[in-house]
Amino acid sequence: MGKVVVVTSGKGGVGKTTSTAALGAAVARTGKKVALVDFDVGLRNLDLIMGAERRVVFDLVNVIQGTAKLSQALIRDKRVETLFLLPASQTRDKDALTEEGVGEVIEKLSSVFDYVFCDSPAGIERGAQLAMRFADEAVIVTNPEVSSVRDSDRIIGLLDARTVKAERGEQIAKHVLVTRYDAARAARGEMLSIDDVLEILSTPLLGIIPESQDVLKASNLGSPVTLSDPTNSAARAYIEAAKRLEGEELPVVVPFERKGFLDRLFGRRAA
Amino acid sequence: MSLLDLFKRRGSAPVARERLQVLLAYERRNRSQPDLVSVLREEIMAVIARHVQIDQDYLQVSMDRGETMSTLEIDIQIPNKSARPLAMSA
Repeated sequence: MGKVVVVTSGKGGVGKTTSTAALGAAVARTGKKVALVDFDVGLRNLDLIMGAERRVVFDLVNVIQGTAKLSQALIRDKRVETLFLLPASQTRDKDALTEEGVGEVIEKLSSVFDYVFCDSPAGIERGAQLAMRFADEAVIVTNPEVSSVRDSDRIIGLLDARTVKAERGEQIAKHVLVTRYDAARAARGEMLSIDDVLEILSTPLLGIIPESQDVLKASNLGSPVTLSDPTNSAARAYIEAAKRLEGEELPVVVPFERKGFLDRLFGRRAA
Repeated sequence: MSLLDLFKRRGSAPVARERLQVLLAYERRNRSQPDLVSVLREEIMAVIARHVQIDQDYLQVSMDRGETMSTLEIDIQIPNKSARPLAMSA
């Protein structure tokens, strides 16, 4: 059975979808079979970030309601052979999902794929709870900012109470992924430090993704940042985080500010 | 941003703009009614189903929506045994 990983955060706009695409693609690049499932019914965006928005025929709701087979709804990535996307429905609402239906889809996926990434909608309601319901592990995407950390804490509480694993008395493995980390602002003390975030959430760290222009550029192009340019700082951080998710023991290096000649001249920040 | 970018204005934003325009044009058109490609898909499937029993496992439907043209691909594998009319008696 493959591993089911929910990518969640509570707060919106912190990078769940970007991180789902980047981590999933990074794992798939190593040859593992990976399915990315968009749970944001009504406001899907994983298709757009993956560059598959023109190819959506069927979606998660079609599969749950039996109007399409799972194999028909899965869209194979054009760049990585082992990477697949199950899009959310754009025209329904979150009530179109049922717990049994989601459970069956996840079970089928995890019998075929090595990893199933569930991209959670924002919030703590039904959609978010169904996305985490059958997870073995959770990636909690957090910005070093007070409201994001507070919402992450709330989500961690739900992960420990409302998942099937938690209800069986087992522990769901949780990892914090700090995104949009700005080394310069952290150095000036304007941003919560990594230690602050980890101490407050008391959850192990999966990685630190630096604030980077390359992330926006990748979204523009419809490519996960780990595929569009695997050498930039954000992509490297995601690739390392993906390795940790797969169990590799890699130390996390906190990004520091590095100023080049031009940056000093113009007072620009380096990523 | 490097110095080069100051001279080379074409970034990724034009790509994003084009992708969004195609997608939103399609989504706005279809807020009230199903789109032509989906209607065609359903009707074509219904016609085929009248003649052969379609095994959903041997059926792949793919679409590619473009700005000026969309393609609909229906790939059905018909086992030779089942390729017989179903409603001859009627």
